Formats: sequence, C-alpha cells, structure tokens
Amino acid sequence: MTKRVALLYGLMCLVLIAIGFLQSWNVAFGIFNLCVISAVMALGVNMQWGYAGLFNVGVMGFTALGGLTAVLVSMPPVGEAWAVAGGDIALSLLSLAATIVAVIYARRFVHPALKLPVTLVLLLAGYFLIGVFFGPATDAIESIDPALSGYLGGAGLPVLVAWPLAGLVAAGGGWLIGRIALGLRADYLAIATLGISEIIIAIIKYEEWLSRGVKNVTGIPRPVPYEVDLIESEWFISLANFFGAAEISDAASLFVKLCYAVLFVIVLAIIMWFAERALKSPWGRMMRAIRDNRDAAAAMGKDVKRRHLQTFVLGCAVCGIAGAMLTTLDGQLTPTSYIPLRYTFLIWVMVILGGSGNNWGSILGGFIIWFLWVEAEPFGNWFMSTITAPLGGGSELAQHLVAGAAYMRYLMMGAILLIVMRFAPKGLIPEATNRSTAMTRSS
Amino acid sequence: MEILNALALFTNFVVVPATAYGAQLALGALGVTLIFGILRFANFAHGELMSFGTMITILVTWFLQNMGVSIAPFPTALLALPIGVLAAISMALVMDRMVFRFYRKQRSNPIVFAIVSVGVMFLIAGIIRIVIGPADQSFADGERFIIGAIDSRRALGLDEGIAIKQSQLITVVVTAIVVAWLFWFLQKTRSGKAMRAYSDDEDLALLSGINPERVVMICWVIAAALAAIAGTLYGLDKTYKPFIFLQILLPIFAATILGGIGQPVGAILGAFIVAFSEVTVTYAFKKFLTYLGPTDWAPDGLVQLLSTDYKFAVSFIILVAVLLIRPTGIIRGKVI
Repeated sequence: MTKRVALLYGLMCLVLIAIGFLQSWNVAFGIFNLCVISAVMALGVNMQWGYAGLFNVGVMGFTALGGLTAVLVSMPPVGEAWAVAGGDIALSLLSLAATIVAVIYARRFVHPALKLPVTLVLLLAGYFLIGVFFGPATDAIESIDPALSGYLGGAGLPVLVAWPLAGLVAAGGGWLIGRIALGLRADYLAIATLGISEIIIAIIKYEEWLSRGVKNVTGIPRPVPYEVDLIESEWFISLANFFGAAEISDAASLFVKLCYAVLFVIVLAIIMWFAERALKSPWGRMMRAIRDNRDAAAAMGKDVKRRHLQTFVLGCAVCGIAGAMLTTLDGQLTPTSYIPLRYTFLIWVMVILGGSGNNWGSILGGFIIWFLWVEAEPFGNWFMSTITAPLGGGSELAQHLVAGAAYMRYLMMGAILLIVMRFAPKGLIPEATNRSTAMTRSS
Repeated sequence: MEILNALALFTNFVVVPATAYGAQLALGALGVTLIFGILRFANFAHGELMSFGTMITILVTWFLQNMGVSIAPFPTALLALPIGVLAAISMALVMDRMVFRFYRKQRSNPIVFAIVSVGVMFLIAGIIRIVIGPADQSFADGERFIIGAIDSRRALGLDEGIAIKQSQLITVVVTAIVVAWLFWFLQKTRSGKAMRAYSDDEDLALLSGINPERVVMICWVIAAALAAIAGTLYGLDKTYKPFIFLQILLPIFAATILGGIGQPVGAILGAFIVAFSEVTVTYAFKKFLTYLGPTDWAPDGLVQLLSTDYKFAVSFIILVAVLLIRPTGIIRGKVI
C-alpha cells in the first residue's frame, strides 16, 4: 500500500522534472503551483464526498468566494467611494439587520398560521427599504473613476491574511446552503449547490461596487517579491550568477514561482495534517460509519445531519482557501473565467481518480489531472495535426479540427472519469480500511 | 384604455416570452423527470444532450441552406430537426449501452449514476466544442414576426402592441403537439403503461413480465427526442451558445422538483411556473405602473424586483422554497 503511494508520487515527480528539462523550469513550476492549489481543492471535495458522501457540485462558488475575499482584504480602499457612499452603505446594512431581526421576532410571536404571509410581507418591505439606500449608494460608487476603480476597494491588508479569512467566508456560505439542503435526498444537495454557485458567480460578475464585475480587479498585491525589483537587487543578481542562470529575467520569474510554491506547499501541508488527523480520529471513524450506513449510525445515536453540516462546512472552507490562493497567484480576479466544468467538475475528476476517501489520493489526483489538463492542449494539437495530416494543411476541415484541439481536454476528462468509475471505482490510491484485518480476526 | 394599454404591455413583455420559455423548459423538464422516474437519477448530462441535438440540427440546417432548400416562411431548422432528434437519440442510446447499463446491472446508488452522468457531460461537451466551437451560432431564417408591434398596435387601436415572433408560436405549437402525443403514449399504449408501472414499482413491474431494458430504452428515446426539440426551439427563439446549456439545467431541475419528481404533468406545470416567475420578477414594471397610475405620474425607479442578471436566483429560490415547504413537489412525486 505505502509502496504504491510512494511509487505513484515518485512517478508524478519524475514527470514534472522531465517537463523541467524538456520544456523549462518555469513551465514546470508554473504547473506545480497550480497542481498544489488543485490538490487543496481536491482535499476539500474529498472531505465532503470521501468522508461523508455528500455530492457538492458548487465547488466553483466557494472557490470564487475565496477569490473575492482575497480582493476585499488586500486591495487598497477607495477613500473617495467610502466618503461618498459610506453613509448609505451603513444605512442599507442597518436596514438589512433590521429586516432580519423583524422577521425573527415576528416568527416567534405571530400565530403559526400567519407565519408565512407575515414573513413574506416583512421580507418584501425590507427589500424595498434596503433598495432606497442601496441603489443611490451603488450608483455613486460605480460612477467614481469607472475606468480605474468604481468600487469600494478592499481593506488594504496583506494578502496572506485573506487566505484564512477566505476559508471563514466560504465556510459561512457553506453553512447557509448546508442548513437548507442537507438532510434531504442527495440529488437535491447537488442541484442546490449547482444553483448557489451560479448565484455567487452572478453576484461577483454584476455587483460592480463590490468586485468591479467584468471589469476585473487586477494588480492584487503579492505576498512575494516582484520580478522587476528582483532583477535590480544586488543579492539576487549574485544569487543568479552563483547558479549560472543564463537569463536574469527568467531566473527572477522562476524565483517568484519558487516562493509561491513554498507558500502553497506550507498551506497544503497544514491542511493535509489536519485532514489526516481528523480522518484517523474517532470523529473520522464516525463520519465513515455515517457514510457507509446512515441508519445504523443514527440508531447508534449519532446526529447525522449535524455531522454532515460539519464536514460540508469544513470542505467549503478548504475550497475557499484554495480560491484565495488561486486569485493571489493570478494577481487578479476575473469573474468570467469561472466556469463549472473547470472549477467544479474537474475537481470531481481529481477526487474520483485519486481515490475517494483517501487524502493522499486526492492530492495525487489533483496533481495528475491538473497536469493532464494543461498538457492536453499541446497533446491535442499534436494529435489533431497528425490525424489531419493526410488532408493537407490547407483543408478547411483540418484547420477547424486543429482549432478545436484545445477542447480535447474535455473529452479526456470525461473518458478518465468514466474509465475510473467503471474499472477502478476506488481510484488510484484506495481508501485505507481496517476491514481486511477485521475479517481475519473474526474468522 | 389605460388599463388595456397596461395589459397589452404586460402581455407583450411578460406573457408571450414566458409562455415560449416555459414551453422550452417543459420539454427539457419532461425528459429529466422521465429519467428520474425510470432510471432514478439526476442526469447532469441532459443539458449537453439538448445542446448536441441542437448542434446536429444546426449543421443540417446550414447544409440545407447551402443547397438552397427552404420551407419559407418557416425556418429551415424545422426540416433539419428530425435528424437532430435522431442524432440525440443515438447519442443517448450509445451512452446508455456504454456507460449507464453497467451500473444498472450492479444496482448502483443514484449518486454513482449522477457522477457518471458528469463524465458523459464532459464527453458530449468536448465533442460539441470540437465540432462547432464555443462561440454563438445563429441559424434562424424565415419570417421573424407573425404579428409585428406596429400592426398589432393598429389592429388593437392601442398605444402598446403585442408582437409575436414566429419562433415563439412554433415553440408553443410544437410543444403542444409533442406533449399531447407523450400523454397519449403514456396513458394509452402498452409501452407507456409499462413505463408508468416500472416507474411506480420496479419489482412489481418485473414480476408482471415487463422487460426493464425495453422500458429504459424507450425512456432514453423519448427523453433525447424531447431534449433535441427543446434545445432547437430555444436556439431558434434566442441563440445557440454551447455554455448556456449547463446554466439551463438549473431551471429545468427546479421545474422537475417543483412539479414532483417523476410526474410528467408536474414537470410541465413546474416549467411554466419557473418561466413566469423568472420573467415577471426580472421585468421592469415602470411603464406598466405609469399606465395604471394617475395621469402625469411615473414611478421613480424601474420597479424591477431583480435585475435580469440574477434570473438563476429565481429558479434557485423556487427550488429552496419547495425543499423547505413541500419536498415532494406540487403533484406528490417520489422521494427516492
């Protein structure tokens, strides 16, 4: 078992090293960084699916929440916008709070038959009340220098602070949706999470006062040095000379990627440590018991719904952290780049391929699938040009097929998911169970 | 007069588009509900199946347009639709044979089916993007309007006209025909009765000598045909974009659950409720209220409950409300 893990991880390392020698170390570390982020997301999904059997197809939404948190924490605040609209924003928040309090209060004291109509009336009234302050505020914010800012900005804190905060924000979102959809049949959770993720993306896309929407936030402050500063600093030049780097700018971007890699690996290691501890603890055994036989676990007095909510929230938090890391690495938030095939279903392929329920498997799955996803494009180009070679380069069909080669990756991911589910449903590194030992003991 | 103007305005901007949209959703939701009822899983690949059928229809339409074939004033796509339907059916049957049958034999958990359907979704999405590319495609031809805004204004003698696009009328007519046929099939024919029996109680149906593979095959044929028709009508009415078919899954699922899982009548009802709520909530009532209110008075804002950007939120809120208030749906469906 452990031999197999070591072998598979070793192979993955070799492949990345080969990329380093064949393409370039910059490419290799670029892929490695995104592999680590993918691995973190896969760990989050594994907590939900592998530990508890929850089918969450809203990973994209929680990742995007993490990305938004990174922006809101790290970008400098736009003072003018706060000055113009701060009062109205505060008033809208107050009205929101008042509405919530009124609804809770009314639901407690009103006759049960009137609960629903009273709640609806209060919600509607609250909605319009918030609109009175909120509409002018957003208009004012969005009209301030729309080409450069046009939003509230962030808190101006270091971006690393955003990573744990992103986990908290995503956990809050997960708690809300989990409260509603958990405890019902499994497909409902899937459909509800699909919905919430689309709504989160819509909010980020269209609430320009918050996130600049489709105008994107760029230039998010980095936790690592900038290339331009590096190539001018003396210590770096002597370091590059010491390693015999041919091109100083290449060396600088490699150095930056290495710094990111170190940060990401630290995060991955921390999360992995907690995840493994949790899985091996009595809590982990209880989760597996609930997953494998819900009714039996409930009969033993386990609060199934509460435990499900707990793991769901934890998994969402991990996805949120990964989202913040991704936005930090990109240095920008581009809401239009969030599509479910890439941010939700691809992560699922990672978890299934790696081995549901096994954290080492999820990390490996994250590495393999991200690697294939990136390398599918050159491979697809090669494949398409080979099969269209007999047609000649000028033929329209050949050109069309070569243009579509990038989408070979969808085919590849579909094929991997189907093949794994069919022939190795436990994945590359199957979940470690004590069942075999238990059986020998009983016989 | 003012009231009539307001009504005409409302009909033009809410009732007509919502009816067409509801009909398109109904066809999609019928397919999803049949698969839910017979195969007992949420088919995430249904949107891509719609997209695939539409894509083949578009390709055949282009071919026919190049050949100079046309059935003006109707859109050429109607002539191409049968081939799109056949393509979607073949795709569904191939996927069932290659993928889903194995898990049916194993009696796998519905979640396993749902995950596998994600794999199928990836495959079909890849094929679509390689063949036709990710960009928008327009393929509608023929007359655009049956009744233009100006003509109807004159005919009704009002300030507001009711324009009806040809695609909207075709959508409603085609949906009515297909749905009537489907209900006749489910209620009157032997195969339809077998399907309902199988959906009600699998074991009892097997004991009565119903061949499950045949029921499943018919289910896929119907669901795929409906999917191709729904996708093509949606494309004719709006435009064809490959990525939209993942987003349209949400209203379709919402309609299915709202109507009651496995209930064809419920699916149709649910689809129209979702469509009407979506269009009404995102419609700006400013002009409507201007007609109704006193003269020389107009509301300040747009009087729009939700901006159109958040139309998924409507399906989502409906979904959540159903989950909280009546998880079985309007017409008591299964809770598997």
